[in-house]
Amino acid sequence: MNKLNFLQPNKNNFYTYLYTGVILVALSIFIVFLNSFFNKDIVSFLPGPISFFLPLILGFTGLHLIRIDYSGLRFLDSINKNINTNNFNAFLSLLIVFVVIKSLPPLLSWFIIDANIAGDSKDVCTGSGACWTYIKIWFNRFMYGMYPNPEQWRINLSFIALAFLGCVGFFATEKFKKYLTLYYVVVYPIIAFFFIFFFISGGPIFFDFSYGIIAAVISIILGFFIPSKFKMYYFIIVPITLYILLKYVFFYEELIELGKLEALEWVETGAWGGLSLTFIVSFFCLIFCFPIGLFLSLGRRSDFPIIKYISIGMIEFWRGVPLITVLFMSSVMFPMFLPEDMFIDKLVRVIIAISLFEAAYVAEVIRGGLQALPRGQYDAAKSLGMGYWKMHILVILPQALKLVIPGIANTFLALVKDTPLIFVVGLLEIVGMLNLAKTNPEWLGFAMEGYVFASVLFFIICYAMSKYSYNLEQKYKTER
Amino acid sequence: MNIKKILPQLLTLLVVILVFGFFSYNAQINMENRGITFGYGFLSQESSFDVQFSLIDYDGSHSYFRAYLVGLLNTILVSVIGIIFATIIGVVVGIARLSNNYLINRTASVYVEFFRNIPLLLQIFFWYFAALRALPLPQDTEPMFGVFFLTIKGFFVPAFVWNNLDVFIYSIIAAIISIIFIRIYAKKKQENEGIQTPVLSISIGLLLILPILSFLFGGVDASVEIPVIKQLSQSGFTFEGGIKLPPELISLALALSLYTATFIAECVRAGVQGVSKGQKEAAASIGLTPNQVLKLVVMPQALRIIIPPTTNQYLNLTKNSSLAAAIAYPDLVLVFAGTALMQTGRAIEIVSITMLTYLSLSISISIFMNWYNKKIAIKEK
Repeated sequence: MNKLNFLQPNKNNFYTYLYTGVILVALSIFIVFLNSFFNKDIVSFLPGPISFFLPLILGFTGLHLIRIDYSGLRFLDSINKNINTNNFNAFLSLLIVFVVIKSLPPLLSWFIIDANIAGDSKDVCTGSGACWTYIKIWFNRFMYGMYPNPEQWRINLSFIALAFLGCVGFFATEKFKKYLTLYYVVVYPIIAFFFIFFFISGGPIFFDFSYGIIAAVISIILGFFIPSKFKMYYFIIVPITLYILLKYVFFYEELIELGKLEALEWVETGAWGGLSLTFIVSFFCLIFCFPIGLFLSLGRRSDFPIIKYISIGMIEFWRGVPLITVLFMSSVMFPMFLPEDMFIDKLVRVIIAISLFEAAYVAEVIRGGLQALPRGQYDAAKSLGMGYWKMHILVILPQALKLVIPGIANTFLALVKDTPLIFVVGLLEIVGMLNLAKTNPEWLGFAMEGYVFASVLFFIICYAMSKYSYNLEQKYKTER
Repeated sequence: MNIKKILPQLLTLLVVILVFGFFSYNAQINMENRGITFGYGFLSQESSFDVQFSLIDYDGSHSYFRAYLVGLLNTILVSVIGIIFATIIGVVVGIARLSNNYLINRTASVYVEFFRNIPLLLQIFFWYFAALRALPLPQDTEPMFGVFFLTIKGFFVPAFVWNNLDVFIYSIIAAIISIIFIRIYAKKKQENEGIQTPVLSISIGLLLILPILSFLFGGVDASVEIPVIKQLSQSGFTFEGGIKLPPELISLALALSLYTATFIAECVRAGVQGVSKGQKEAAASIGLTPNQVLKLVVMPQALRIIIPPTTNQYLNLTKNSSLAAAIAYPDLVLVFAGTALMQTGRAIEIVSITMLTYLSLSISISIFMNWYNKKIAIKEK
């Protein structure tokens, strides 16, 4: 038998080191576990500081003993390689494990064990844990804001319909694939706008919406009989004519009659709120900021000095100021710039402000992609006789945009995270609703639950977005 | 010049001029209707409102310009605190994300993913309305290290009472200037003779010795004033003496630094990963020690990648500090674009001043960054 050297464990007496080490580590974890889950201090007979640091010392010694290179045990090797490479790493790993074990019981008890969700008043929340009843009762308000309860199906229906229409791309057959870009860039936003403007907002204007739907359905049915050569012109001209005919010729009398009735109750934008408002604001800002940013970035690289300097001025101005001052401007300064009788809805002003603000960031991201393309791409496109627009649409932008997918995704994420700021103008999306709910005299003292709930929601949304953008990036990655 | 080049430019210019003309025409009419004349004269008028927390002497009898300065200084204060802590946390987390220890690596990335996917405003609210509200009242507070008091009313820390503070400051300035000269000299010496001077230890020594000398010979004297609890009424207590950091400042600085640190951590990670492995191997193969490899080869190249995006994050932090308005920390936006605007009704002047302040800050930093980028760019032949 070889001599045991505890300062430098080696492969001689391998199992002695291994068993001693494993027992020491297990003992240290066991002490911490008992201490945190059952509140029992089994080493309390030792003097204070020693009993406090004992698990750390035991575990550290144990990890030192099992640090044997090329032991031949796969599990041990992977532990040594990943968390136990040297003394410092072993110490940090132990610390992390202990902190996790220590913090599990209070977290579990707050979130689940001592928490309440039953009942529908504050009185059931007597435990020391979270009061999820508060979230349950206020759930509708957090989702829909002040939107009247019986009308909330309109928001649900619109969002479900828009989600379905958004998924069209996954089901499109090969034949329609080439129209997908057109659909997502032009058609889909228009449909979404109609849904939100006419359906969620409601009021007499709803009838315009129904004419629009009738016009669209009729023209799509007729569209099957039109030769494909004229289809594009057909789909531009016919729906609009049909709509105008329906509205002003066929149903003119009825409109006046019906306008007095309200098929759908009108809900003013001030009553919108909650998570649905977060979605509405970020959706529209996302749609508007991209084209504006694209034009600004092209403008910044333009050969025309006036356009170039106007674009630079726009970009640098919006990038230089905080969003909150932009919103201040849209709420207190912008009305001064309009004629006295002209009034623009608060929500519209906010969407314009945020879109312009984020467009400047999108512009800079796209400019990065444009600059990264080699000069040869421009020269090659020009040598084929392409003009400015043809060159950019067919050659430059597809490559440049592919390069900047991560940057654009980051900007969109920032946009979603910026939407709570609209509380400045008095619109209450989910964070604003939380602040309103926690000042309700019947429900004082549950701020923590509300913020945790909203944090989890935002984390899920933003994390999913960032993962999706990562997938896109991998999908469109091309070797250069 | 052909027409095809001039026409689009003229059209754009025309549109811009028309839009601006329309806006300013309406603004003029609206102001006439409200009986306001455009001008910045109101800045010297008496403000007649109070601010809870200010670094300079201020009350209602001072001018609006003074209120602007109060807000600006508060913004700068919270930004500087945020930048310092964000840098420390960001660098630590960024290095932790590069660690080959699985647990450390995971912990760091969980931190980054978690804190950067939650809106900053929500984090500020969380710290201010939920976390800091759980702190004890002043009378129940246990002191930390005997001198710090973390209470629901704010963080009370000891203050220094100085005699001849100016001599102390001069000594620090003198130390910094001499360090700059030593650095220049050391660089020249290394370029000419290839001999390294221990700049770091000399700098630390100078920074320690000169202020100590000022204590010994300059007549500088400092004593510590520890906050003491004081009863205001039956159940109202507060601390007297020392410095009070209001809870608004703490929660804002906490949220800003934790949020921005995630972005700085990513910058640091990208920077260190951006230095190719061959550089380290080459440096090691010419016989540099690991410390020298880090100091002379890896860090200079990594910093070239790290510094520009990190400066951008500092700028973002400063702009994000305007969220202070949500929890009533008296920063530039709350004091000036909030209270002062409500009092005077001068929307255009006040919003434009506020925006110009932020704009000039970010433009000056971006000019500096362009200069810096040009300076450190690799000069290729």
